[in-house]
Amino acid sequence: MADQQFEPKIVGFLCRWCSYTGADLAGTSRMQYPPTLTGIRVMCSGRVDPTFVVKALKEGADGVLIAGCHPGDCHYSEGNYKAMRRHPMLANLLEQFGIERGRVRLEWISASEGELFAEVVTDFTEQLQELGPLNWNQRIEADCETV
Amino acid sequence: MAKPKVAFYWCASCGGCEETIVDLAEDILGVVEAVDIALWPVAIDMKRKDVEAWEPGDVAVAFINGAVRLSEQKEWVELLREKCSLVIAFGSCAHMGGIPGLANATNREEIFANKYHRSPTVANPDGIVPQEQTNVDGYDLELPTFWKDVKPLNEVIDVDYYLPGCPPPFDLVATAVGAILEGKLPPKGSVIAPEKALCDTCERNDTKPDEMTITEFKRTATSTPDPEKCFLADGFLCMGPATRSGCGERCINGNMPCRGCFGPTPDAIDPGLKLLAAIASRGEADSEEDAKALADSLVDPLGTYYRFGLPASMLKRSADTERAQT
Ligand code: SF4
Ligand code: SF4
Ligand code: FES
Repeated sequence: MADQQFEPKIVGFLCRWCSYTGADLAGTSRMQYPPTLTGIRVMCSGRVDPTFVVKALKEGADGVLIAGCHPGDCHYSEGNYKAMRRHPMLANLLEQFGIERGRVRLEWISASEGELFAEVVTDFTEQLQELGPLNWNQRIEADCETV
Repeated sequence: MAKPKVAFYWCASCGGCEETIVDLAEDILGVVEAVDIALWPVAIDMKRKDVEAWEPGDVAVAFINGAVRLSEQKEWVELLREKCSLVIAFGSCAHMGGIPGLANATNREEIFANKYHRSPTVANPDGIVPQEQTNVDGYDLELPTFWKDVKPLNEVIDVDYYLPGCPPPFDLVATAVGAILEGKLPPKGSVIAPEKALCDTCERNDTKPDEMTITEFKRTATSTPDPEKCFLADGFLCMGPATRSGCGERCINGNMPCRGCFGPTPDAIDPGLKLLAAIASRGEADSEEDAKALADSLVDPLGTYYRFGLPASMLKRSADTERAQT
């Protein structure tokens, strides 16, 4: 089951105003966390279209983190509420496709919460180690073979 | 000048598309007088060897309906591709997989288990399952291979045009046939239907909310939609925002939300994900609990968003198809 050697790949969509700065803080403060996350800076968590998440999962990510400002703090006032409503809708849909809910995670991380960022990445990494590799595209390819 | 020949063929389909062709034959005699029907299995008895005897280009256009699931369907559509100058994917199933494509939500083993063993109406004490090869009284019998997955036509052969809809409405078919006869064809690969979204032509658009106030989704099985209001305003999921127009709002006029049979508008990378994003942007839930409750009230999102296009969805199409389409 849990393969402790397995190092999951996480794609992190980080809002530039809060979470990306939070990630920066974790780095400049030399906090320790697993090197599993590739961060992509987006203007707002509300900018993260569900197709981005699916594309990441199809192209090799084992999990996707969407991180934005805390509710009430979004620089575009409501972007993070959009992210909040999309998240369970997407998780329900992905579950029907056989992708575990735990592979897509939504977190609110402010610019000053470097420590929280490190904790989230550590915890998410462990969670994905439990789930194992996704290999979504290989699974689709296997289904697409005809015989 | 000899009349151009056309061929009609069917794969995994319900027969509804054939009805449109019958309507076509009845209503636009002009077109029917202008062409010869070279192949039409639902009405004319022909064997594969008859088609094999055609020269490539003998037949101007093949209208192929239905998704592809069997090896035999693949052989037929490849043969038609070779012999016909144009191939048109006719109807939702050939275009995107259609209703038969919903089978891709499960797998071949499960389908066989249900069909031949588990279903309550099945009595099969000897556990007999169809075999691709059997010997009966000294004769070797063969059945086609049932593929792992259902495929839209363009994953099996090169397709020139698509006529969307379940079934395609008569006027769009007539337009397409006219364009072919006059040689006024759109660029290869076009879907022969307007590019605008259904909402843009829908009479109920005036009542479509910018901000949705729904806190849960209703189902047409258990509540009746308001006959005037935009379905989204009334809490019913309508695929109108992500679906091409051109059907004549057939479902809306019958007080049913759009189920998306015309397929996505050209800008939608994936119709389900586009709709999901659109609804979520408009929902009213302001806490994680409310957001979860709103999401959970939509029973079967996969079947709702991809009723007609699961095999062509971003989550199910293969990387090869993805590359070809983008
Ligand atoms: S969502 Fe449906 S009912 Fe509302 S405007 Fe669009 S097509 Fe019409
Ligand atoms: S309303 Fe939607 S589902 Fe109904 S015919 Fe038109 S496109 Fe198809
Ligand atoms: S700007 Fe950070 S979530 Fe919108």
